Amino acid sequence: MCGATKGGLSLEGVDVAKESVIQGVVTKGDQPVGNAYVRLLDRTGEFTAEVPTSATGHFRFFAAPGEWTLRTLAPKSDTVDRQVVAQKGVVAEVAVAL
Amino acid sequence: MSRDTALVSADWVEQHLDDPNIVLVEVDEDTTAYDKGHIRGAIKLDWTTDLQDQVRRDFINKAQFEKLLSSKGVSNDDTVVLYGGNNNWFAAYAYWYFKLYGHQDVKLLDGGRKKWELDSRELTDDATQREQTSYTAQEQDKSIRAFRDEVVEAIGAKNLVDVRSPDEYAGRLLAPAHLPQEQAQRAGHIPTAANVPWSKAANDDGTFKSDEELKQIYTEAGVDWGKDTIAYCRIGERSSHTWFVLKELLGEENVKNYDGSWTEYGSLVGVPVVIGDEKGEA
Repeated sequence: MCGATKGGLSLEGVDVAKESVIQGVVTKGDQPVGNAYVRLLDRTGEFTAEVPTSATGHFRFFAAPGEWTLRTLAPKSDTVDRQVVAQKGVVAEVAVAL
Repeated sequence: MSRDTALVSADWVEQHLDDPNIVLVEVDEDTTAYDKGHIRGAIKLDWTTDLQDQVRRDFINKAQFEKLLSSKGVSNDDTVVLYGGNNNWFAAYAYWYFKLYGHQDVKLLDGGRKKWELDSRELTDDATQREQTSYTAQEQDKSIRAFRDEVVEAIGAKNLVDVRSPDEYAGRLLAPAHLPQEQAQRAGHIPTAANVPWSKAANDDGTFKSDEELKQIYTEAGVDWGKDTIAYCRIGERSSHTWFVLKELLGEENVKNYDGSWTEYGSLVGVPVVIGDEKGEA
């Protein structure tokens, strides 16, 4: 099914058709990073939102359609930026490797 | 107030962990964060259940605040040091709340929980026990709290600072992007409000920028330092962060937080609303 979560956070109770979801997982080596912070920056680089990752390294944003940057900060790691395009009704999956 | 009295560093907190007159208080948007680990000795305040009236949309009253702090073991002469997630949004909100009820000595941990975690400092899940106290609050200090009529009158007369993200200001999003966007109220912003996202005041690690940088950011956004200022966001917590910057770090005299914020203003009948990136006319 389109928008399956690949074992990520549950989308139960969320009307995915109305949302532009960006979600994914932060890993280092083969391990999920549960104490990372993922920042969502808009097309001009302006901060829009930030979430801590779950114990399994997962994160999620309800963005608007368009181009975004995910900036990931974690202890003892360099900051990593990833570009992503969000579309209404589509769950954009992003894997962030530190 | 100034940076020296309102803000403490993570190092300072580590050095004062065993000081009995300093009470660490964690306040998070994610109210389960504390239970997954907190700074040793910290107590938890839940902004949804502890700080909000559970029937009306308003804060708990003076008697309820006294009961809450007494049960948590906070005394009037304690130094309260607040910290939390989301770059201290809700810790700043609690700071403003403590000031609203007249607590004398309140400080914010610079960078909050994020900075503490990124520094790999110790968190514990040990329960914190504090003896019951008999806390006495003051009447609400309305000089730091704005209500809707005052906000409407401030259009074109006072500084209005909308601290939400540019997409929320322009009406492209109705809520921060980590929350579902399904909301009833109208999108947009209050006419003449400058958009200075709260995040402009903070570094990536959540610490505040220098006073010089802060002053420049608000000046460039059109804040008139000779006028009174009202800050707002969606529900009043991010604007507490900006209220803290303007009032407590930069020492501006007349700064209010509009806790009704966009979820109230955007639902009012008959008030002017501007869509798009421009401030709009009074």
